[in-house]
Amino acid sequence: MITKQLIEIKSHLRIAEDTFEVVLQSTLARELKPGQFVHVALKNHMLRRPVSVANVDAEAETFTIVFKIFGEGTKSLSRYQAGDHLDVILPCGSYYPVEELELDHALIVGGGIGVPPLYYLAKSLKEKGVKVTTVLGFQSKAHVFYEEKFQLLGDTYIATNDGTYGKKGFVTDIISELSPTIDYYFSCGPTPMLQAVTNQLAEQKGYISLEERMGCGVGTCYACVVPLKEDPTQSKKICKDGPVFYANEVILT
Amino acid sequence: MNLTTTLPGLSLKNPVMPASGCFGFGKEYSQFYDLSDLGAIIVKAATGQARYGNPTPRVAETTSGMLNAIGLQNPGVDAIIKEELPFLRSYDTPVIANVAGSTVEEYVQVTKALNHSQDIAAIELNISCPNVKEGGVQFGTDPELAKEVTYQVKQASNYPVYVKLSPNVSNIVTMAKAVTDAGADGLSMINTLTGMQINLKQRKPIIANKTGGLSGPAIKPIAIRMVYEVRQALDIPIIGMGGIITAEDALEFLLAGANAVAVGTANFQNPLACPEIIQELPRVLEQYGFQSVEEAIGKGHVNG
Repeated sequence: MITKQLIEIKSHLRIAEDTFEVVLQSTLARELKPGQFVHVALKNHMLRRPVSVANVDAEAETFTIVFKIFGEGTKSLSRYQAGDHLDVILPCGSYYPVEELELDHALIVGGGIGVPPLYYLAKSLKEKGVKVTTVLGFQSKAHVFYEEKFQLLGDTYIATNDGTYGKKGFVTDIISELSPTIDYYFSCGPTPMLQAVTNQLAEQKGYISLEERMGCGVGTCYACVVPLKEDPTQSKKICKDGPVFYANEVILT
Repeated sequence: MNLTTTLPGLSLKNPVMPASGCFGFGKEYSQFYDLSDLGAIIVKAATGQARYGNPTPRVAETTSGMLNAIGLQNPGVDAIIKEELPFLRSYDTPVIANVAGSTVEEYVQVTKALNHSQDIAAIELNISCPNVKEGGVQFGTDPELAKEVTYQVKQASNYPVYVKLSPNVSNIVTMAKAVTDAGADGLSMINTLTGMQINLKQRKPIIANKTGGLSGPAIKPIAIRMVYEVRQALDIPIIGMGGIITAEDALEFLLAGANAVAVGTANFQNPLACPEIIQELPRVLEQYGFQSVEEAIGKGHVNG
C-alpha cells in the first residue's frame, strides 16, 4: 500500500563523483521490490524527486537509495545528513518481476545513475539462484561505483566513456564481445543507452526501467507518460505503470 | 465549527476540493485517505475524443511553483463517464466534471454527454487551458468567445456551470462579467499563468511544449487579487484557487470573496494536502475570529 512516511536517514555517504548513497530507516522497507522508486520531498522544493531503490535490508528495516547530483533537487538531497528526516512516498511504481520469471542466466546492463536499481535486482536474482552477468557503463573512473558489490554476485564488466577505467567505450561494446547466452536482460540508464541496448538485444527477452521528470509520482498528473510501440496514440505512465517496462513495450524518445 | 458552504448545485460539508488536473479521477489519492473527507472533487478535463497530450518533458519546477504542459491528455468524455466516474460513487462527496474542447461544438458535445452521467453535481467549463493549440485559452482571453461558449454550454447543460477563468488577461472583471452575462452559475478562478523556463546547459526551454502553465504559491497573490476584484464587481459564487498550501491560504481566498477553494499543485507535494487543510481550517478560522466558513467569505474587503 502506497504511503507517505517521515523516515530517518541512517547514513549519508559520497561514493563517487557527485554520487551519494543514503540508507533510510522505514517499516515499509521490506515492501520495496527491485525496480521500484521512492518519491522524496525536499525542503524549499515544490516537487518531489523520484529516486530508485538500490538495496533493501528487510531484517534491519532499511533501504538504500543512490543518486547523482543533476540539478537543484539532487543538490539539496546531497546536503542532508545522518539523523535528518525525509518525507517519502513509498513504494512507487512497477518492479522487475523476479519471482514470476523463469530463468537461469540474466544479463544486467546499467549506465551511470541507472545502475543503482539494478544492484537490488541483481541481488534478488542471485538469491533466487540465477546466474548474473553485469555490464556497467560510467562517464569516467571517478564516477564508477558498486563494482565490487556486483562482482560478489557474478562476472562484472565496466566501460567508461573516456577509457579512464575498464574498457573505453560503451556497454554495447562489451556486450558484443561477450555475446553471452542469456534468458533475460535487464537494463536501466540514459535513453540513448537504452535505445542502443534494446536494439542490440532485440532478439532477447528483457526489461528496461525509465526515468522522466515527474509531477505527482503516483499516476494522477500525466506528466511522465511514454508512448506505446503497439499504438503510439496510447501511453503509459512511467510513475505508475512503470518505471519498469517490457523492453519492446514502449517507444524510447 | 461550521465548515459548510453552499454554491449552485453544491452543498459542501467543507469548502476544500482538489483542483482539476491535479487529482486525476481520484483513484490514486484514495489510497492515501478517505475521499469522503473532501468538500467536493473536481476531476481531470474531458474532451470529446481521447487526447494524447503534449510531448515530454511536461513539467518543470520553478521557484515556489511549477510549470506544466500536459495538453489535456484524457481518454475522452465517454470513457470518463463509463470507466472513471463510477469509482467515485462510493464516496460521499460531490463530483465536478471539467469540460474542455477545441471548438464550441466540442464543448457542447462533452456537456451533453455529461448530462447522461448521474455521477456528477456540476461542470466546470475549462476555457483557460494554456497548453493546447486550439481552443482552451483562446476562449478564455476573448470576452466575446467566452460569452458564446458559456451561453452554448449553459443551454446544453442539465448541471450548474462554473466557468474556469484564465489569469492571462488584462482585465479579469471584463471576462467575469462576460461569462456571468452568458448565464454562468459560478466562477472558478484562477487557471495557470503562461510561463517558460530555459535550461542553461541545454539552451532550450525545459518543457517540450516550450511554454507551460505556472501554478503553486508563486501565483497566489495574483489569484487573491483577481478573486478580490471580481467579488467587488459581481455577486456570483466563486471557487477560488491558485497556490493554496495551508488552511491560512484557504482563509485568505475566503476573505477575498471565494465561496469555496480548490487545491492544485499542493497535492503533488503532499498527497494529504486537502485533508490536512480541512483538519486545520476550524482552528485557523477560530484564530482569526470566525465562527464559520460562511462568515469569513468576502470579509477581506475594506469599505464593505
